[in-house]
Amino acid sequence: MELTLWTYEGPPHVGAMRVASSMKDIHYVLHAPQGDTYADLLFTMIERRGQRPPVTYTTFQARDLGGDTAELVKRNITEAVERFKPKTLLVGESCTAELIQDQPGALAKGMGFDIPIVNLELPAYSKKENWGASETFYQIIRTLLKDKVNEIDKINPQRWKSLGRRPKVNILGPTLLGFRCRDDVIEIQRILSEQGIDTNVVAPIGSSPEDIERLTDADINVCLYHEIAEISCEWLKRNCGMEYTTTIPIGIKNTINFIHEVHEKLDLPLTNKGELEHKSKLPWYSKSVDSNYLTGKRVFIFGDGTHAIAAAKIAKDELGFEVVGLGTYSREMARQVRAAAKDLNIEALITNSYLEVEDAMKKASPELVLGTQMERHSAKRLGIPCAVISTPMHVQDVPARYSPQMGWEGANVIFDDWVHPLMMGLEEHLIDMFKHDFEFVDGHQSHLGHTATNAPDNKETKHEQSNISIKEEKTILWTESGKAELTKVPFFVRGKVKSNTEKYALSKGLPEINDETLYDAKAFFS
Amino acid sequence: MSKVELNKETGPREVFCGLTSIVWLHRRMPDAFFLVVGSRTCAHLIQSAAGVMIFAEPRFGTAILEEKDLAGLADAHEELDRVVNDLISRRPEIKTLFLVGSCPSEVIKLDLATVAEKLNKRFLGQVRFVNYSGSGIETTFTQGEDGALKALVPLMESTDDEKLLLVGTLANNVEDRFKKIFNQIGITNVESFPPRQSTELPKIGKNTKVLLTQPYLSDTVRDLKHRGCEIIYAPFPLGVEGSTKWFLSAAEAFKINELKVHEVIAPLANRARQALEKHTEILRGKKLFLLPESQLEISLARFLHNECGMELIEVGTPYLNKDLMDEELNLLPDDTKIVEGQHVEKQLDRVRASSPDLVVCGMGLANPLEAEGISTKWSIEMVFSPIHGIDQAADLAGLFSRPLKRNQILTSKTLATH
Repeated sequence: MELTLWTYEGPPHVGAMRVASSMKDIHYVLHAPQGDTYADLLFTMIERRGQRPPVTYTTFQARDLGGDTAELVKRNITEAVERFKPKTLLVGESCTAELIQDQPGALAKGMGFDIPIVNLELPAYSKKENWGASETFYQIIRTLLKDKVNEIDKINPQRWKSLGRRPKVNILGPTLLGFRCRDDVIEIQRILSEQGIDTNVVAPIGSSPEDIERLTDADINVCLYHEIAEISCEWLKRNCGMEYTTTIPIGIKNTINFIHEVHEKLDLPLTNKGELEHKSKLPWYSKSVDSNYLTGKRVFIFGDGTHAIAAAKIAKDELGFEVVGLGTYSREMARQVRAAAKDLNIEALITNSYLEVEDAMKKASPELVLGTQMERHSAKRLGIPCAVISTPMHVQDVPARYSPQMGWEGANVIFDDWVHPLMMGLEEHLIDMFKHDFEFVDGHQSHLGHTATNAPDNKETKHEQSNISIKEEKTILWTESGKAELTKVPFFVRGKVKSNTEKYALSKGLPEINDETLYDAKAFFS
Repeated sequence: MSKVELNKETGPREVFCGLTSIVWLHRRMPDAFFLVVGSRTCAHLIQSAAGVMIFAEPRFGTAILEEKDLAGLADAHEELDRVVNDLISRRPEIKTLFLVGSCPSEVIKLDLATVAEKLNKRFLGQVRFVNYSGSGIETTFTQGEDGALKALVPLMESTDDEKLLLVGTLANNVEDRFKKIFNQIGITNVESFPPRQSTELPKIGKNTKVLLTQPYLSDTVRDLKHRGCEIIYAPFPLGVEGSTKWFLSAAEAFKINELKVHEVIAPLANRARQALEKHTEILRGKKLFLLPESQLEISLARFLHNECGMELIEVGTPYLNKDLMDEELNLLPDDTKIVEGQHVEKQLDRVRASSPDLVVCGMGLANPLEAEGISTKWSIEMVFSPIHGIDQAADLAGLFSRPLKRNQILTSKTLATH
């Protein structure tokens, strides 16, 4: 049993719904009790979808449990097929139905429909949303293609040459409720088409079962989100030899690497190599003098695996930040995130608990947080600027404007989204000059978010703070001059300076900290 | 009994389960914590239903069942023990902890009553534990509050003092208004259940007269009756008419002359009717279709027809308790079509076929209907907004007139290019 106050991922059947809702001509019969329909609002409210998810909930009740819930399942399947006329039917169960073991998928297969039926077994008590989406996508592909892959020859990624056409790829992984997927797809298609590469199928988003059946017309697959599409790409590789790309085109370097990878796999000459790094404004914006102040900014990163790893790379290599924390809630991506953290000489945080994340954030005293909507809230409480880089989705993560994360425009969006929450370079110097003026005392933090205003939050924060100060008082004494000097340190690094100074004083066996100790510590750590 | 047309329907539903009521209950009683014993789905449900509106440190959580908890119930009980211990050591301000059953915990027959009993002994004097089920296989949406309140009834001490007990969660400002008005009418001993602090439960007994503020409290009412309370049957205090009759019924139970009530209420009612007018202008003659969700549908239909002049196409309700709703049904026009239960697809067919001007529905259906050109009002807003009482009548009407007004604005010259 795990105490959860808030969760980054929903249950696996919500992942299945993401795939089903992303596609056309598919219907999902979900054996589930009343209440599970809440998941519809994720699509209709957060994504502002004008269609209901294509899901029929069997809505069994306690009084049905003594009777024949299997009949209820069959009735719902029959009605759904008649009403919605899907070309492929998904059948599965949510957590409670899993316990009563009606085997709805097997039931459906015995009902004599002439459409493909995908039996989804998504263990609700051990797996989560992204896993469910990945498994569902894979099961759809397997069901629709398993006969075909036996008949076709291994797909040679260079066959486009002999077929006398432009190279063609599939873009796999984007779904509804995925972070900026809608716009990433457009950006990547645009980039590929500039390189003379056509898109065969984009899936799951916008695809139909017929589209899935023609996945094998492409020369290679582009795996856009490992969390959703890697298993499917791997299956297609194993069964029909389709190669797939592994570079995620987020950030300038990885967009260029991605283009290289695609060209290598297709054996397509890359003729515009020199132009590539000028396609986005990020490199120049990052180099321009005002960005000098970005140097060494301490950044804390937490999100899904794909976006957290990408953010760490961009932060370090493209913006010159110092990454002081990196973590993910995607257990499936833990290995990759750990490796990325190791490259940065830090330890990865792999957790589902947002409180643990907030704690790590506090300890790292970052100047910028890149996280999910939950980290935005934690950062707000701590008075640290934050940009959102990852799911879980919030209505604000589905902006009206075009704002991809991938490709050239994605890099532009990232520069703006990450840098704007910080103070501009010149502005920071001014604040430093005038920091003793009343406008700049704590509580007047320029453009930064103010600490939360609602009462319970404040109470809790205060409570925590008093705990901390009690603890610290026990360890070492601050003299008046020491305290006075500490208040002159800009608020956003004050916590770090305080703990560093205390660490220094303890290591030197000092009885107290005065103004000079602060400077000694500063010299020691710099 | 009015000649309303009662129908029943079964099939796939688009209704929240009882766990959702935690979203307002935890705000009403800030010293309580609601611990759902359930699955990741339960946790995701509550945060999604609440997350659209709030996104802060919650006083609710889920003990998520894992595979090993399903293997042996004994271990599950021990695990729950551990989770509760962790929670209480982290949140020492908790005074009452509700253990809330869910679909999976009910299906595996996790005995939360026994767990609560054991914990009560261990944390005697520090935290009180009660349990109820908010599972979707037994409860819909607002019924969760019924379960939570019913669970508190045994903890209420006895008294023979005469008092009026308002039962059902109210917004604090509305509660204060009601108490002031009752005072003016001459009923001075008025208490609320649930109280603002879970530890300040009102005492009850044979001289307690219960007046419901919400229509979804059947089980709580039954238990209060068993404790000797007298139930005052009345329409619910939505709109001027409902609220007036509600005050009158209370006055009658306390043998207060109805002239006294009218004297107090008349100026408020006049003011409210004036405020209603600008909404009524928009709502009058418009066709309304209410899908089942909050259980307030019948009272809303009565208000929107009688006071705002709307035509009722169909009034859905998740379930119908005729005893509690009798007074309301009597106020509805004859032949009002009431549908208990739901087959969401068939109901949506009827929505489309009847071309309503406004549909009251859940959040899962609102945007899809809007995309078809049908104006909607989310029902969840009724349980989060202060809508009760005479003073709120215009605000309540405003919830329904706003979407129609917005449509008038947007479809004229502002968005269309030709």
